Amino acid sequence: MIEPWRILRRHLTIFSRTFWTNTMFNFFEPFLYLTAMGYGLGAFVQEMEGISYMEYIAPGIVASSAMFAATFECTYGSFVRLHYQKTFHAILAGPVTVRDIIIAEALFGMIKCVVFGAVILLVIAVMGQVRSSLALLIPLFLILPGLFFSLMAVTYTCLAPNIDYFNYYITLFVTPLYLFGGVFFPLTGMPVWAQKLAWFNPLSHSVEVCRALALGQPAWPTIGEHVLWFFIGSALLLAPPIHLMRRRLIQ
Amino acid sequence: MSCVVRAERLSKSYGSLRAVRDISFAINEGECFGFLGHNGAGKSTTLKMIYGLSTVDQGGLWLFDQKITLTPPSLKARLGVVPQEDNLDPDLTVLENLTVFGALFGLSSQEGKARATEYLQFWGLDDKVNVSPDELSGGLKRRLVIARALMNRPRLLILDEPTTGLDPQARHLVWQKLRLLKSEGISLVLTTHYMEEARQLCDRLVIMEAGQILAEGSPEQLVQEHVLPYVIEVHLPQSQVPAAVVDQVRAYGGQVETVADSLFFFAHDGNDLWSRLESWGLPPKVCHLRSAHLEDVYLKLTGTTSEEEKR
Repeated sequence: MIEPWRILRRHLTIFSRTFWTNTMFNFFEPFLYLTAMGYGLGAFVQEMEGISYMEYIAPGIVASSAMFAATFECTYGSFVRLHYQKTFHAILAGPVTVRDIIIAEALFGMIKCVVFGAVILLVIAVMGQVRSSLALLIPLFLILPGLFFSLMAVTYTCLAPNIDYFNYYITLFVTPLYLFGGVFFPLTGMPVWAQKLAWFNPLSHSVEVCRALALGQPAWPTIGEHVLWFFIGSALLLAPPIHLMRRRLIQ
Repeated sequence: MSCVVRAERLSKSYGSLRAVRDISFAINEGECFGFLGHNGAGKSTTLKMIYGLSTVDQGGLWLFDQKITLTPPSLKARLGVVPQEDNLDPDLTVLENLTVFGALFGLSSQEGKARATEYLQFWGLDDKVNVSPDELSGGLKRRLVIARALMNRPRLLILDEPTTGLDPQARHLVWQKLRLLKSEGISLVLTTHYMEEARQLCDRLVIMEAGQILAEGSPEQLVQEHVLPYVIEVHLPQSQVPAAVVDQVRAYGGQVETVADSLFFFAHDGNDLWSRLESWGLPPKVCHLRSAHLEDVYLKLTGTTSEEEKR
């Protein structure tokens, strides 16, 4: 099981070199949302579930930017490695299998998810929007959504005929997850069927855990359920990309 | 002598296209073995089955005496692969391209760096250590790909068209280095459509067309077995060659081949045939006498039209 780590070393070599430019770029968009919505909309919304609007959305922005980090890495990033740079073909000349390549992709997406989640967490902490030191558990928790979102994205990457197809993935799939994931408003205001549907939205689980930890009000059994959701989801998503990527790389 | 690769009635299809049909060959330890053929002949497909980017459909393929359908990591660890396309990592420097690849084989950073430095020197890339591969010329890129394939000290180096697109100097340099590697005991297998490359490097080779092996042997053997030792090239369109000449050459005991509207007369005694041509109405100034070589065998066996013309 050491092979995926060896492949990951390649990704991390590059990541470490571009860390600062990468981080600045990834930090900017969530920061815009946070200020625009938090201060702009927050001026009109007095309270949300008993806390200030800024406090309400801040942990959700952590969860969603973590999702975007994993998603972009395992869609555009993976596709460039697969299709344009033929990195996977080159790696396959070494003593590794397609499974190792997929696991390395998922680990890389997960690391980006955790790192960028942690960066935004730091930002909201500096802005005074974190109430509890339990928030320190958030980066640890983000490992799970990180793996899940990466595996989901890389599965789509295996099927994408060209790079334009990622527009569909982002616009038709990830953006709805973001808007209806409980980041900006509680899903309890929605019709019952929509609330039930939200259970299938991975981001909603991540947002709830991040918010509970940031506010220091975790209901541990509920958190356990969310964690279990990601465990089972990631386990189910491991086999499909391995199978699909093998079909794509090996004739 | 032990075989590094052995194929028996090996076949591979992509949908309805039968890329490799029933081919058998054996590559001995320490030799350089070539697959000669034009584009689409099945050379690359055969190599991909050896290095694990393609599965075996039918027939048997043995690698280091182990039967395979898809090359497992344990065997890939003993191979060096130079693919047709330079798939260098543009995000990494020249040096990192080698060290990161070495790490896949479990080399420590120190070992990897030492080996990379050694091979960068060997391939004359030691002044390019920290540049991006994108900044290298075609010849240097190719050398870097070969250097990368050597990082795990392979027993068998697989080269898919190692010098396609390189200028003559760069090509000769690659050949020279490959011969050096062979003298160190590394077995080589390569595909090429350059006769000169096959002649310069290969101890034995097969000529492939449409997924099949047409002939096998050393370059000299192939020339001896398939064509007569001398050739007279007629540099005249066929319509301007006196009609009777072809029959006269055949009656004389020579062989006649047509390649893209050019006539080639093969004979045991080239000078003797040459001396007769003028009396048959063919002026010597449009003829060229030389010894037969591998290209003549190739053209004779693979027919007169190239794949591109057929399409």
